Amino acid sequence: MIDAVALGCQEFVELVTAYLEGGLDAADHRRFDEHLADCGDCTEYLEQIRQTIRVTGSLRPEDLSADAEEALIKAFRDWRRR
Amino acid sequence: MERSRAEASDAQLVAALRDGDEDTFRLLVREWNASLLRVAQIFVPSRAVAEEVVQDTWLRVLGAVDRFEGRSSLKTWVFRILVNTAKTRAQREGRSLPFSALNDPARIPEAAVDPDRFLPADDDRHPGAWAVPPRALPEERLLAAETRDVVRQAIEALPPTQRAVISLRDVEGWSADEVRNALDVSEVNQRVLLHRARARVRHSLEDYLAPEEA
Repeated sequence: MIDAVALGCQEFVELVTAYLEGGLDAADHRRFDEHLADCGDCTEYLEQIRQTIRVTGSLRPEDLSADAEEALIKAFRDWRRR
Repeated sequence: MERSRAEASDAQLVAALRDGDEDTFRLLVREWNASLLRVAQIFVPSRAVAEEVVQDTWLRVLGAVDRFEGRSSLKTWVFRILVNTAKTRAQREGRSLPFSALNDPARIPEAAVDPDRFLPADDDRHPGAWAVPPRALPEERLLAAETRDVVRQAIEALPPTQRAVISLRDVEGWSADEVRNALDVSEVNQRVLLHRARARVRHSLEDYLAPEEA
């Protein structure tokens, strides 16, 4: 079948974030799903982006050093006395 | 993190700050400081200067809290103050602002996956199909401490705009709208930056967990 609008893998990987964000229009969404349905490699790529989001989400934000926090609290007390 | 102040509305937080409630201030500092630092580093890459910018920001927030009108969320308001403080500081240091990196990232093309991993567009049978497909990542090692270190380092190595967006979205769990409002970037540009950041981190994960066989 000659299908001028079929999605290639290289195009697919560039649409992954828009897809996950719900930002594809109906036509692109359908092309994306159709490609996904019969491309194991792109299914794997999408899964790896999900895995990436999961690992990133497991990181703890950096804690503020105790010194920096105390400096801010001191500034707050100075401000309160204004 | 959001849980800790889930019950307090912006109006309650602002009222507590105006009353000089130290616990409320400490809570906000703990909750937002890491993100403020990430965003400051978009404009002033030096860690030490970025820390000063964040300090200045908190002072400005306190100085202006009496005038906060609630037209935006408290979070958006604080981050807008940070961005302005950081821009001013960057100008003073003679740095040109990374305007295009934040507001026009698509001007500098960047593929999510190395183009060499795909068949050429003029391939007879499968143009643009994978030539070197992604190698599966072992699920059982995904959340190991070493793997998380690799991801942490990959995020540190990102360009500052991408680093800020992925930190806010995927580490801190902000919504796309919150990031857009705080950084004053368009929906499309927020998405481009997130897309590139995730793609680069994925690549680091693949290199580490499923290295190419020699």
